[in-house]
Amino acid sequence: MARKLTFRQAVNEALRQEMRRDPTVILLGEDIAGGKGSPGEQDAWGGDMGITKGLIGEFGERRVIDTPISESAFIGAAVGAATSGLRPVAELMFVDFMGVCFDQIFNQAAKFRYMFGGKAKTPVVIRTQMGAGYRAAAQHSQCLYPLFTHIPGLKCVVPSGAYDCKGLLTQAIRDDDPVIFFEHKLLYDVAEDVPEEQYTIPFGEANVVREGNDVTIVALARMVSFAKTAAETLAKEGIDCEVIDPRTTSPLDLDTILESVRRTGRLVVVDEAHPRCNMAADIAAQVAEQAFGALRAPPRMVTAPHTPVPFSPSLEDLFVPSPEKIATAVREARAYKA
Amino acid sequence: MNPSIRAVTVPKWGMAMSEGKVTRWLVAEGAAVGPGVEIVDVESTKIASAIEAPVVGVLRRRVATEGATLPVGGLLGVIADASVADADLDAFVAGFKVEAVAADDGAGAPAPTYVEVGGNRLRYLAMGDGGIPVVLIHGFGGDLENWLFNQPALAASRRAIALDLPGHGGSSKAVGAGDVATLAAAVAGLLVALDVGKAHLVGHSLGGAVAARVAIDHPEAAAALSLIASAGLGPEIDGAYLQEFIAAGRRRELGAALGKLFADPALVTGDMINNVLKSKRLDGATEALTAIAVGSFPGGRQAWVMRDRLAGLTIPVQAIFGAEDRIIPTAHAAGLPSHIIAGAGHMVHMEKAAEVNRLIGGLV
Repeated sequence: MARKLTFRQAVNEALRQEMRRDPTVILLGEDIAGGKGSPGEQDAWGGDMGITKGLIGEFGERRVIDTPISESAFIGAAVGAATSGLRPVAELMFVDFMGVCFDQIFNQAAKFRYMFGGKAKTPVVIRTQMGAGYRAAAQHSQCLYPLFTHIPGLKCVVPSGAYDCKGLLTQAIRDDDPVIFFEHKLLYDVAEDVPEEQYTIPFGEANVVREGNDVTIVALARMVSFAKTAAETLAKEGIDCEVIDPRTTSPLDLDTILESVRRTGRLVVVDEAHPRCNMAADIAAQVAEQAFGALRAPPRMVTAPHTPVPFSPSLEDLFVPSPEKIATAVREARAYKA
Repeated sequence: MNPSIRAVTVPKWGMAMSEGKVTRWLVAEGAAVGPGVEIVDVESTKIASAIEAPVVGVLRRRVATEGATLPVGGLLGVIADASVADADLDAFVAGFKVEAVAADDGAGAPAPTYVEVGGNRLRYLAMGDGGIPVVLIHGFGGDLENWLFNQPALAASRRAIALDLPGHGGSSKAVGAGDVATLAAAVAGLLVALDVGKAHLVGHSLGGAVAARVAIDHPEAAAALSLIASAGLGPEIDGAYLQEFIAAGRRRELGAALGKLFADPALVTGDMINNVLKSKRLDGATEALTAIAVGSFPGGRQAWVMRDRLAGLTIPVQAIFGAEDRIIPTAHAAGLPSHIIAGAGHMVHMEKAAEVNRLIGGLV
């Protein structure tokens, strides 16, 4: 039965239900129990965003493990546990901190299946927060999924809503490869219908959020709702947009995007990541290479600028792509004459 | 207000529908219309369908323009006798107010609920009151929303209950041997739990076989039997479709499979595909469908043909098929009081809803 859950509750429920179903699922991270060792404050916190709140009460300290503030240590521990029979889900607060454990992720977890000839599996999930708009400044606001998408051997999930979040996180935990699961901070309080039952959404299957015939908009994570808003505005102007949410950047469902662009002839990609080597650049390049003949206008990219995320609120608001910027790009693509 | 003036409004197809788009007018102003005459095509995000004239009269005004989007209950057009003055019609249109219709989570909208039957949790949706209740049983891979064009119309003059079979929709996923008898036992249990007494059992496809089995095993529970594109009437079925449906985990594959169910595959919308995918993705759903395919349709043949046993029933029975059914041969209707409806496929109750509703309503 479906009821409204926020994105935050959807993460918590996916973890809780999968921990009930599979005793090998464990959680690690900073403050994910919270207040450990302080009398009366057990489970006060549930991580910096309160995502894992309540889980230590049901599953105990052996399965919900508060770690020291050492990302390289607990991500390494999670990867090691995954290679020896557990299904760890590590929470690494902000993706911006991932740099201190790149070796564990890029050179260890991502390589085991390949270097051991397919005989090793590494079923680890690293949940992490991303995104600007939280007034958290340059070191806590980036959208770094393109970095991880670049690495063969990692799967990257960028959910845009609570329904997808629960199904994709359940899939991530059951998946035998390392999965980086990106949660946009500004989506946590957005609610939608989510079934009580467990379900999985396959990786590499885009969601066609809105069907249309004039322009294809590809958007990720928080940008999906912005693209929908832009599409509704543009519909009133007689421009019929298709909105595609790839849901995972690796694997990427390029087929759905190509099929759409072959129909519309126009592509706008919206990506909150910095513009160089991001998903917008990647998708635009692949479409240009594989569907050049179908394009009736150059692909357009709506992205954040190539600067750190500003701390000034007014500048931060300008930094993030907006529905208005998306609509402008669509109008330009529509009006383009060779 | 002149009582002979009747509004034609946007219907509410399913729980989530809040507005409909007028795609095409099918008759001109001034045309004589009546029940059975389709006057306008309307689409929701879920599906498109033609709307029939609710009463006999003349279509005097086409109020909604093609391409316009109206709320549920919004005024599409006006039917009245030719004698009604234009001024009265204009006053009617000007004074028309959309009655608030509860959308998705609005208060008062009928919502599905659950009942425990033999350790299974079954989901059902009940509407309407009185009369001989009608119980709507969907087919393989379907759910209670398959009746979205039928249940509200039938509920206007009787209690109408649509259910999710075990393994489907919001019902729990245990299906035992997956055979028709097991599913029929669950439905019989639901009828007892809901204190239905005698019902007109209406089943589509696999649900038809289930309805018939309930009537055979529990004659006291069946007042009549409407078998729509029904299984159980002969051994043939498109076994490849069943396998394709089970295997389709992605949008494209599922869209291709669902297209086989309709005479007009364009009726398969993205929303319809997404809703079916949502059901199929639930833990245990694929296993349940597989078990039912093995238990009810082993080797792509129907395991349970009940033609002889139907002859022993003393209640009214009818078979309804779409002439372009690609899943179960329409020839299976032979020997039963039957209606073969042109321009419809396996989902005849969706494609030609008004006609099917009339046939169901007319049986008892």
